[in-house]
Amino acid sequence: MDIRLSGVGHFYDEFEVMRDISLDIPSGKIVCIVGPSGCGKSTLLRIIGGLERPTKGEVLQMGDAPKGCLNPLTYIFQDFALLPWRTVSGNISLVLEDHGIKGAQAKDIIGDVLARTSLSDFAEALPRQLSGGMKQRVAIARALAVNPAVMLMDEPLSALDSQTRELLMDDLVSLWNRAPFTAVYVTHNLSEAVRLGHSIVVLSRRPGIIREIVHVDKPLAERGYSDPDLEDQQRRLWNLLRDEARAADAELLNV
Amino acid sequence: MSELTKSAPDEQTTPTPRVVAFRGGGFAPKPHRWIGLAVFLILLALAEIGTQTGFITSLTLPKPSDVLQTFKELYASGLLWKHLGPSLSRLAVGAALGASFGIGVGILIGLFSFIRAGLVPLVAAIFPIPKIALLPLFVIWFGIDEGSKYALIAFGTFTPTVVATYGAVDNVDRTLIRMGQSFGLTWFSIVRKIVLPGAMPGILSGLRISLAIAIILLVAAEMLGAEYGIGAYILEAGALYDLERLFVGVVILSMLGVMVSAVIGFLEKKLLRWRS
Repeated sequence: MDIRLSGVGHFYDEFEVMRDISLDIPSGKIVCIVGPSGCGKSTLLRIIGGLERPTKGEVLQMGDAPKGCLNPLTYIFQDFALLPWRTVSGNISLVLEDHGIKGAQAKDIIGDVLARTSLSDFAEALPRQLSGGMKQRVAIARALAVNPAVMLMDEPLSALDSQTRELLMDDLVSLWNRAPFTAVYVTHNLSEAVRLGHSIVVLSRRPGIIREIVHVDKPLAERGYSDPDLEDQQRRLWNLLRDEARAADAELLNV
Repeated sequence: MSELTKSAPDEQTTPTPRVVAFRGGGFAPKPHRWIGLAVFLILLALAEIGTQTGFITSLTLPKPSDVLQTFKELYASGLLWKHLGPSLSRLAVGAALGASFGIGVGILIGLFSFIRAGLVPLVAAIFPIPKIALLPLFVIWFGIDEGSKYALIAFGTFTPTVVATYGAVDNVDRTLIRMGQSFGLTWFSIVRKIVLPGAMPGILSGLRISLAIAIILLVAAEMLGAEYGIGAYILEAGALYDLERLFVGVVILSMLGVMVSAVIGFLEKKLLRWRS
């Protein structure tokens, strides 16, 4: 299932956040969106998943979601968004309960996604007992449980320290290699973008427009920590973004 | 900079090492379990000594030991339960009515903008009315018997519970609600599984205040037309200037307050185990 954005523009009151964003998100690929702070990357992601209504343009779902997909567009949030009063398995069963999946069937799904995110030993732990990296793994497990067609990841690693970030990037890569998923990955971190993105969409500062789409052809599995090819790509991206970032930094905040 | 580099070679002696003084203490409350009880006992002992020696006249304060004696007599005569029973049932019925309506209305205000716009000013208008002033009205509406007492207590607990509840619903983490929506949870599921548990800490701490108000109103209601009840007992003792019995009544009320607070503490422990 592909996603197509055609001419998406958005205003907060009189304030233009983004303008004329047209983009195809092909299935089985990870599309990274980078841009200076305040360029509306997160807003764009909320629009793609239907959590916000764009002022202009539309988001199209091309074709039906694959069978067995409970929640085609599934988010992974920066702050994890786990219910603190539910255990790890309770947090996952939360998203299954409304689809009438209970008992043994739910147990199977929960067991499977916990195994895939190596969380099996933590099924009965409460979120407050977990480190940030573990919490985000739980959120990833919860997203996998509904068998999404497209994962919408909103700065999923930004709340984590840099070592945990590396570990989770490796986890995401191995998850993708085992079963390629479609994802839109919003980040301000260029090294995440070059490690995980098949294509990288560079947005300008507000009002956000697409400045460039960079394709990274190297297979995910071959990209490693401080890979020289990726460093080159990252430098190119930074050259594109530097002035935008500086100008965005000097702007007064109105939203 | 030049001062520093110059002075170093001049002084031949090595500088004497000094421990860096600790200055990060305080401003961190720690639990001290027995100090509260000790303060209580010391005050009681001071009152006892003062009244025994005659430093405090018996008209100023009754002897704590006499109060205890009176309490024992009240217990032995069986009158304690005769007063406490009706009081407890009034408190239970009135507070349960007021708190459950309050929580219900508070949640509705928290969830629906129209209800909020309509009811918040109304609640603000009702809140500051001393409910005791309305007792004659309640007597006409609900009868001189238990009805008016239930209504007074219920009405008094209702408003603070509403305010605490909608505040608690407002404070539920919006990102959790967005998460629920993004996973396609139904509206009802979001309210039941995300909003209600998220609002529970605020609702329970609101109940602490509401139930204390309920005890105050219980006494007020019983002072105006009740044969039995702690309030009636205190009123009677007050009219006779029988300070020992007055204090027995007051002590029972305090214990009632401590008990209610303990029940809420138990509920918090049970329902909010997920908090650190």
